[in-house]
Amino acid sequence: MSAEVTPIRTAAETALIERFKAAKGELPGDGEVAKRREEAFARIEAAGLPHRRVEEWKYTDLRGLMREAAPLAPLPSAAEAAGAIAAAEAFAAVDAVRLTFVNGHFLPGASSTGGLPAGVEIVPLAEALASGHALLREMGRVAVGKDNAALALNAAFMADGAVIRVADGVPVAQPLHLRFVNTGAAPFATSPRVLVAVGEGASVTLLETHEGTAGVAYQTNTVVEIFAGAGTNVSHVRLNAEGDGALALSTLAVSLGAEALFNTLGVVTGSAAARHQLFLAFEGEGSKVSIGGATMIGGRQHADTTLVVDHAVPGCESRELFKTVVDGEATGVFQGKIIVRPDAQKTDGRMMSAALLLSETGTMNNKPELEIFADDVQCAHGATCGALDEDLLFYLMARGLPRGEAEALLVQAFLGEAIELVAHEGVREALLGRTAAWLAARAA
Amino acid sequence: MLQINNLVVEIDGKRILNGLDLSVKAGEVAAIMGPNGSGKSTLSYVIAGKEDYEVLDGEIVLDGQNLLEMDPHERAAHGVFLAFQYPLEIPGVATMTFLKSVMNAQRKARGEEELTTPDFMRRVKKAAERLHIDQEMLKRALNVGFSGGEKKRMEILQMALLEPRFCILDETDSGLDIDALRVVAEGVNALRDPKRAFLVITHYQRLLNHIVPDSVHVMANGRIVRSGGKELALELEASGYAEYKEEAA
Ligand SMILES: Nc1ncnc2c1ncn2[C@@H]1O[C@H](COP(=O)(O)OP(=O)(O)OP(=O)(O)O)[C@@H](O)[C@H]1O
Ligand SMILES: [Mg+2]
Repeated sequence: MSAEVTPIRTAAETALIERFKAAKGELPGDGEVAKRREEAFARIEAAGLPHRRVEEWKYTDLRGLMREAAPLAPLPSAAEAAGAIAAAEAFAAVDAVRLTFVNGHFLPGASSTGGLPAGVEIVPLAEALASGHALLREMGRVAVGKDNAALALNAAFMADGAVIRVADGVPVAQPLHLRFVNTGAAPFATSPRVLVAVGEGASVTLLETHEGTAGVAYQTNTVVEIFAGAGTNVSHVRLNAEGDGALALSTLAVSLGAEALFNTLGVVTGSAAARHQLFLAFEGEGSKVSIGGATMIGGRQHADTTLVVDHAVPGCESRELFKTVVDGEATGVFQGKIIVRPDAQKTDGRMMSAALLLSETGTMNNKPELEIFADDVQCAHGATCGALDEDLLFYLMARGLPRGEAEALLVQAFLGEAIELVAHEGVREALLGRTAAWLAARAA
Repeated sequence: MLQINNLVVEIDGKRILNGLDLSVKAGEVAAIMGPNGSGKSTLSYVIAGKEDYEVLDGEIVLDGQNLLEMDPHERAAHGVFLAFQYPLEIPGVATMTFLKSVMNAQRKARGEEELTTPDFMRRVKKAAERLHIDQEMLKRALNVGFSGGEKKRMEILQMALLEPRFCILDETDSGLDIDALRVVAEGVNALRDPKRAFLVITHYQRLLNHIVPDSVHVMANGRIVRSGGKELALELEASGYAEYKEEAA
């Protein structure tokens, strides 16, 4: 007996199929790239958009969230792009090399790569796809993300972005700022992808900011893949300050060679619904990573952080610290999984997710997991969720702080613990400024 | 200066203060002594404005204003200061940031100018030296990892900086070694002023040797059951609270 059930497609799923059919001929790249698009899309076509009965997407029902498949964003007019770029303020005060992407399209004219040292190659992804750039072979290298729907959607629709190569031993002093700006009066969809290969012993700081028009239900699905070789030192900071109507999917996939140092912090304040995925694979021994998150949401926002750290080799260390502040009727999600494979002896992994509920109507779903197949390891995880401590609030109020200010001080301290992980002072200050602004807006 | 009339307070349906009357004049140091659980800390929290308590009756008037109608931060700006029996640790909040925020919040509430950073630093340095508080301690998160005695000194530092007019010290002497007790007492004595009053809650005569009170009140079962001069403390030290407990029973 065949129990095969033909899934009933949602309007968005049907539209996605139409959009892919119409767009695939126009999207950059043929041969291998085109084949890859087809394979990726075939998975989406077969399974549909993931929904709450798919374990990985239990708390973030993409099928429910993506009511429509917005049209692929064309390159906006020069005037519109210039206006949007002028309004982009994230990390604007930080001295950095800037690559600007408007609605997913790389804008060389609005980018400044002059300060880069020799040994750094930057190619727009559209060009790299068309010319079959060598680094394309590394796409999708991190195995734990293999069957992920957001990654597959991006692989099907990716139109532009960048390929960045830092040669062996090159220290890139200035941060490299990937500035994504989204603009439009009507819904649109973008699927940018950035590949970053960091050669042995090289070091670089990557900043990634996402901003966009308020009040528009645009959809972004960003992928950043970092292939960091042995002995590299890579810092990454991501800020989601998308417009309040946005559905923002994003993935950071990282593979690390031996004796490497990697740290990332993801800050979320924007978008109506966000899901940020981190897939990290240790490929060489003796590496250390710090993965942090600071999420502050209110209203009816939804913010999901999903993390898989794959300890496949011995002697690596990972530290995960996630802080989520939930106000209004917002929903926070943290899914964190640390896998320790049988060979990964002497793994040291510690994961903590702490949530602060500022309202009685907010929700936090915390799901930390350890999958350990080696015996000589040190691993721990913890999750907390609670309101602000009334006794601490009283102490501060008894010293003269009005309730709102007392709350703000405690929330700032709570998020500060994660934000302090950022080594770059200007970036850290800018992020602390963001939390202060978020708290001020909340009090107003 | 402070007038408490017939104060009746409950927490979770349990009556703690039972028609308490107390009057403290400007310039006065009033000591409150009494057995464990008699309601001394409750009184201090109710004066400072902690929410958990239900005030069923009575009033607390400080310089013509009924404190019960004010929020805790308004009471602070009006001059109320409580040195906590158990000062709280506030992870992630740097002591200096905290001090500056609270000093400026009170100034703002009173319509005064905010302190400039140099002025603020100068004030803190001076007060910290007087209380033998290490600069290193000021760089840490508020009270985090401080010893019991250090926390108490930090309370007095805050009191010195905020210059309140009505100061409540809830067992500030507990946890202090002999030298620290003297330092803290000197800090308090330095703040004695004809316009300022103190309510000193303690179990021991020892503190009152250093901070000599003008009046001593015995609290039992949520009321002031006896008042007298400083010699009353000595008498209590000798005889204990047995007669007051029985009286209430
Ligand atoms: N949340 C609460 N629920 C119920 N009872 C409480 C609560 N808080 C305090 N109490 C009770 O109120 C009474 C008075 O407590 P309080 O702390 O004011 O006493 P105290 O005089 O300060 O004692 P000590 O000398 O030990 O410091 C005690 O019996 C205490 O158990
Ligand atoms: Mg007490």
